[in-house]
Amino acid sequence: MMNAVENITSHYLADYENSASALPGRHLPWLQQLCSDALQQFAQQGFPSPREEEWKYTNVSAIEKKRFSPAASEAAQAAVDSDWLDACRLADAWSLVLVDGRFSAQLSRLEGLPESVIVCAMAEALEKHPDRLEVRFGRALTRENHGFIHFTSAWFSDGLYLHIPPRTVLDKPVQLLHVVTKPDSLAVTRSLIDVESMAEAEVFETFVGVDDLAYLNASVTEVLVGDNARLDLYKLQCETGKAYHFGGTYVLQESHGRFQHHNFSFGGLLARNEVHTDLGRAAECQLNGLYIGRKRQHSDNHTRINHTQPHGISREMYKGILDQRARGVFQGRVVVFEGAQKTDSEMNNRNLLLSNDAEADTKPQLEIYNDDVKCSHGVTVGQLDEKSIFYLRSRCIDAETARNMLTFAFANEMVDKLPNRSFQGLVQAQLLAHFPQTGIVKEWL
Amino acid sequence: MLSIENLHISIDDKPILRGIDLQVNPGEVHAIMGPNGSGKSTLAHILAGRPGYQVTQGSITYQGNDLLELEPEIRAREGVFLAFQYPVEIPGVSNIYLLKVALNAIRKHHGQDEVDALDFLALVKEKIQLLDMDEKFLYRAVNEGFSGGEKKRNEILQMAIMEPKLCVLDETDSGLDIDALKIAAQGVNSLRTPERSFILVTHYQRLLDYIEPDVVHVLAHGRIVKSGGPELALELEEKGYSWVEQAA
Repeated sequence: MMNAVENITSHYLADYENSASALPGRHLPWLQQLCSDALQQFAQQGFPSPREEEWKYTNVSAIEKKRFSPAASEAAQAAVDSDWLDACRLADAWSLVLVDGRFSAQLSRLEGLPESVIVCAMAEALEKHPDRLEVRFGRALTRENHGFIHFTSAWFSDGLYLHIPPRTVLDKPVQLLHVVTKPDSLAVTRSLIDVESMAEAEVFETFVGVDDLAYLNASVTEVLVGDNARLDLYKLQCETGKAYHFGGTYVLQESHGRFQHHNFSFGGLLARNEVHTDLGRAAECQLNGLYIGRKRQHSDNHTRINHTQPHGISREMYKGILDQRARGVFQGRVVVFEGAQKTDSEMNNRNLLLSNDAEADTKPQLEIYNDDVKCSHGVTVGQLDEKSIFYLRSRCIDAETARNMLTFAFANEMVDKLPNRSFQGLVQAQLLAHFPQTGIVKEWL
Repeated sequence: MLSIENLHISIDDKPILRGIDLQVNPGEVHAIMGPNGSGKSTLAHILAGRPGYQVTQGSITYQGNDLLELEPEIRAREGVFLAFQYPVEIPGVSNIYLLKVALNAIRKHHGQDEVDALDFLALVKEKIQLLDMDEKFLYRAVNEGFSGGEKKRNEILQMAIMEPKLCVLDETDSGLDIDALKIAAQGVNSLRTPERSFILVTHYQRLLDYIEPDVVHVLAHGRIVKSGGPELALELEEKGYSWVEQAA
């Protein structure tokens, strides 16, 4: 077993020697230290294994068997079809486009940003704002430690840096578009979203790949929500059917800080989404998610909510739709620390299985080290309700259409919660692409 | 309109209906009364085509066709409507969407074009007023979070839009207070025509104070044990079901 780990890591370790000089910011002593520590950890641990409790339903050995390499930059950007990319863009938003893990100025739209805020590529930020980054980079990752995170820390080639100073409200959303264009490539990014005291922002992350390429997209986004600040973060993951996706979002919420995350995980052969947040005093978080799988897709959704201080509120609702031989995983962990009195937490996970071969593994975990709290959780795994189907049939709707309506409606409940109409449209279009038979419902959108 | 002959129905090999004969002519209102467990709701569901029942004997002929051969949605398009005792909540599907899909399915079935959007809205608004419902119900998910009375009124609204030929109302009065009952009954009465027939399944006589039946049948132990005019309902109210159950 040791040999196996060595083999995988040795390829990435050997490549690292050659590639590090081309990676941004590695001349900064603090970042060099951080990266070399991460590389060392990765060399020891390798990618996570199902023996680890937090990875028990997800086997990433398929990733280990492949050999992904960073894509050479520049050339790829011209190859991106602009109509195709525009179809992924959010209306009325600033956009920062990363192609194969590197910023593309040509494809990004960042004109007219207010002077007080910073929205730029991570590589640029490491050049221009190294001191600010030195104290903020990695702050939301103090609890985290597994092979993918170390891997991402060592290998990242770019990302988004967003800084909103105190009392500033960004009046348009920012979209971060991850595009992969090269077969067998490795796109690794680290982003940092820093919303200071009483500031507000909306950020949309979109992950797409061209054609039907196989690649590995590993992305870590750190989020710092200052006191009384607010961040709404949206993620739409529609990687190709052969892609591997790791996307981790790690959040630190100061007191009264509010964080919302809406996670739509539709693509990828194997996708692992992590959303972990630490709530300060009276902070609030809302985590919503929808994962769908068909064929042999595997979608793993791992959330962790740490109530470290009193009066925190957390709400979580994840839904999954699994068809054919797909497998969906939900692991939701809520930890109420000693001293976090009056914590108020609700967690829900609902799974709809559309075939006998589909599988859902759901594992809600509540760890409460405190008496004075209100915590609840509920999970369901089921099929379409026969009573509902008969009801619709008695209203003239044929059985197949009834099934499609109910499937779409199950998913659409999560889409209806989205305040941004343009994003709602993007998500619905993807939903219809994944369940083409639900096209019947188009007219009611 | 409808002819049921010697109908025997089982669920999991347990007989529920044991030889029902019923003849409903166009424009007639039939009330089917009976104690709990007598099989009256089963009869209503059988007409709408609910899966899970075995027909062991007998037949149902509707407008000259074998009703039991038809899928539930075809029955609905042919004009058989069941108002559910417990209308199902359908989160994520709006009420107005369901009404429109249902109406268009009926029109298509009869070779007609889809309904014009403005005509449809005008029709829905007219019917919704008749049932004293707020327009906001149209845009809410079907039955989701509706009170018991609102759900029943919503059933009558669907019926008013779909304009069926045979309306089967399964305990529409249960769970309704007297005001809601009057509104529901008013909705039903407004739909009475010389062609349209009704089967009212009910446990209590009070619905029949507002919708006057032509014939009252008493169902007990899976059989119709007595039939008569509206006065039979009053007699039942007075004497209770034990009186007729003994006859079964």
